Amino acid sequence: MEHIVIIGNGISGVTAARHIRKLSDKKITIVSAESDYFFSRTALMYVYMGHMKFEHTQPYENWFWKKNRIDLKKGYVEHIDTKNNTLHFAEGDTLQYNKLIIATGSKPNKFGWPGQDLKGVQGLYSKQDLENLEVYAPNNKTCKQAVIVGGGLIGIELAEMLHSRHIPVTFLVRESSFWNGVLPEEESAMINKEILNNGIDLRLSYNLKEIKSDENGKVKSIIIEETGEEIFCDFVGLTAGVSPNIDVVKNSEIETGRGVKVNRFLETNIANIYAIGDCAEQHDAIGNRKPIEAVWYTGRMMGETVAQTICGNKIEYKPGHWFNSAKFFDIEYQTYGWVWAQPKENEARFYWEHESGKKCIHMSYDKNTLEFIGINNFGIRMRHEFFDKVLTEKKTIEFVLEHLADANFDPEFYKLHEKDIVAKFNAENNTNIQLKKKSWKRIFQTN
Amino acid sequence: MKTIQNIGLALFLVGLTIFTSLIFFGKYEVTPEILENLINNKGIKSELFINTMNSHVVGKEFTNPFSFSTEITSALKSTNETHKQNSEWDKLIWDKPHSLSYEIAKHSGNGLVKDNKWLFWWLTFGLGIIGALMYIIPNVVVKGPPGIKNNGIWFNAATNRGWIGWFAFVFLVGFYLLLYFRPDYIVNWTYIVDPISESLSGNLASQWFLYGFLYCTVMTVMAVRMYIKYRHNKYQTLRTTSVLFFQIVFAFLIPEILVRFEKPWYDFKNAFPLDYDFFFSWNLNELIASGGLGIFILVWGIVLTLVIVPVMVYFFGKRWYCSWVCGCGGLAETLGDPYRHLSDKSLKAWQLERWVVHGVLVFALVMTGFTLYSYFSGTDAVLGIKTQTIQDIYGFLIGAMFAGVIGTGFYPIFGNRVWCRFGCPLAAYLGIVQRFKSRFRITTNGGQCISCGNCSTYCEQGIDVRAYAQKGENIVRASCVGCGICSAVCPRGVLKLENGPEKGRINATEILLGNDVDLMDLVNQK
Repeated sequence: MEHIVIIGNGISGVTAARHIRKLSDKKITIVSAESDYFFSRTALMYVYMGHMKFEHTQPYENWFWKKNRIDLKKGYVEHIDTKNNTLHFAEGDTLQYNKLIIATGSKPNKFGWPGQDLKGVQGLYSKQDLENLEVYAPNNKTCKQAVIVGGGLIGIELAEMLHSRHIPVTFLVRESSFWNGVLPEEESAMINKEILNNGIDLRLSYNLKEIKSDENGKVKSIIIEETGEEIFCDFVGLTAGVSPNIDVVKNSEIETGRGVKVNRFLETNIANIYAIGDCAEQHDAIGNRKPIEAVWYTGRMMGETVAQTICGNKIEYKPGHWFNSAKFFDIEYQTYGWVWAQPKENEARFYWEHESGKKCIHMSYDKNTLEFIGINNFGIRMRHEFFDKVLTEKKTIEFVLEHLADANFDPEFYKLHEKDIVAKFNAENNTNIQLKKKSWKRIFQTN
Repeated sequence: MKTIQNIGLALFLVGLTIFTSLIFFGKYEVTPEILENLINNKGIKSELFINTMNSHVVGKEFTNPFSFSTEITSALKSTNETHKQNSEWDKLIWDKPHSLSYEIAKHSGNGLVKDNKWLFWWLTFGLGIIGALMYIIPNVVVKGPPGIKNNGIWFNAATNRGWIGWFAFVFLVGFYLLLYFRPDYIVNWTYIVDPISESLSGNLASQWFLYGFLYCTVMTVMAVRMYIKYRHNKYQTLRTTSVLFFQIVFAFLIPEILVRFEKPWYDFKNAFPLDYDFFFSWNLNELIASGGLGIFILVWGIVLTLVIVPVMVYFFGKRWYCSWVCGCGGLAETLGDPYRHLSDKSLKAWQLERWVVHGVLVFALVMTGFTLYSYFSGTDAVLGIKTQTIQDIYGFLIGAMFAGVIGTGFYPIFGNRVWCRFGCPLAAYLGIVQRFKSRFRITTNGGQCISCGNCSTYCEQGIDVRAYAQKGENIVRASCVGCGICSAVCPRGVLKLENGPEKGRINATEILLGNDVDLMDLVNQK
């Protein structure tokens, strides 16, 4: 029986395993050094905040794996012998495979800052990171001050986490406004405000120079590059993005760039070895996507796809329209299609913000053809299916605005803003778009 | 703010302590007149009982309810035994011992509490309400801006099955045991609410009036907590208002006012088979005997169960009843909200749930079948089983133990919907309709789920919501009461409760929206 070995029990590896099991009877082994069972990395923040216990982050009960004949091996792979199809573990043992899937995920970026490996300095990615957080920042007595370096999604999550335990946080962001490499100015400004409203000491356009140690090898303070200011702290979160975790591949025949190089079929340069998820790097980017995508659902989709290929239905990885979501303190964010931080040559923009300053939508469309390109929605939920269809069928911005009631996904009885939104667009563009009433028929495409 | 909260907590605990300690006090003295009245009202023919009462109870002063109760219940038991041995059936006293003891105690009690009813109302209910509100209201500021603030729930001994949770469990179970089985111990509590009862129905308060009043009070105070916690979420605030309205008006005020006009006590929203004694002969007789309104209630009760309930479930899901109208649901969604995450999400629990809740439904229907057969045929036994016996077993096991003691007492341990999930026969009935013939579903928003597990954790019904959401599949489950919290706690806007066309409501998927269109077509359209 063919033996499929998967390194990494994150969303990519586990999805691949589940789908291979659905499609075949192959022997499947998942190898991980991080945890016994699959857990949802995205939920670690909620464990620290006391919303959930660690076991709640595990999407499958512990019996699931045995029942589905997916073997779990806890171990750290030291070397992949591609000639003999063998994994060598740090613990000394080995494992033979017929096909190998590398799904080792990411690791937090460290840019060679002095002191970046001190005690109390860490990223937020793994289960071990969560455990260390409990050691160095369990409360505001042990941790009187925390500093976070890097203004992305994980940085703001970490700020929210520490804030939930009443730990004062200084948040160093390299950019002039939060996440403005991704978000347009207006949305970025809205999130700056949200961060400040939550009592976080947000420092924009600030870089880290170095992290200083106390006599025990633990962080004592940080120095800011621009001002030379020293901030005394007990914890430093390094959240300046992530990069592929490919140490395991480094000394093998497998081709790497920043990640493990793969073609559209998620195949590496070695015939029976595949790579999926955060650690995979496309030779050529797909559409407007980046060659490496460290996103939850792309990992899952690669897992879904590679399972087909491995089970004899060779299929390209072709992700559909871009979408994503996040939450910034109390403001939820979703996006469908592309809304670049800076409009491209052919793009026009429409922005609407609610008077509360906690809700907005930002749409991008083609200046000439009016084709809808993308939407950012903050504080308002939108239907994925609606926008996926709009993008596939290349509908116009006018169509989207007319059908905005169909697109809304807020809970029942929420105050709806479609009328305001359409009115603002009409006023700005001299159009006469009429909002259509919500139609179940259209939403569920029934006839 | 913290100081106000601490003072509030202290006041609440003082009120609770005084309330609890009242069980242990009180003076009871049965005068010859009280006994005389009792004998006349009840038509007691047993000289033995009267003699025993005269020699052991009348004219004596008891200083706590326990010794008083012991004397009366033992007098009743021993006289009944004697009469049974002598086949003197007409002399038997059919009252339950502790109910009889309660009635006597209610009239023969005296002392501090009975003389100062309002004072003690303020020392118990008053302090409790003021203290609780002082603890709850500052959370507007303390917990930060509106939004989901479940911070520290799993670190708090009150909400993570810690010692406070176990303490609350013991207290609640104790309360229900007293309420159902030892009303004569809690006569002092009923004195406190006598003035309110008299102003509504004109009668002195029974233990059930006390329970109703306490229920409304607790729900109101904890509804304030809900309004604050979910002030950003209109579905939650409206739903809370709805359950509060139906509890206070339909379950409490209207029935009491009906009694004032000498009509039967009836809760117009309490549908059979949750209202399991609706078809009991005493109820049918009482309804038929009370004229037009009685007949209306009889017809209404039948129409409610057979037509209104299923039709409404078809359009809105069972939530219209379970989390917008029902009293049990109302308590679960207010007092029980801090415990919702304690429900068991395992597959085993789901398997158990299906057997138990449908078992109770079958039990309720069989019992009612026996009841109606006996009613119309005039026999008191069916297939050799006494109808009364099966009614008593149901009343004890399901009505008292399951719905009360376990249903509410176990909030701090097994979550706030133990009864609704495992025991309620009406919920089982609604669930079958919801699963197979309804427009209601929780829609999963394409591929946005990140499997974080907040939805499953906070599902009071123990549904593993994430298992569906992460597959891009809508949630259509018999047990879902549509409380809407999964949607509220979702950080990515994945879940929405909605009523739509039945077609495509159940949409099992293998590959989620967002992936290759060809692959989705290939895998999903088998």
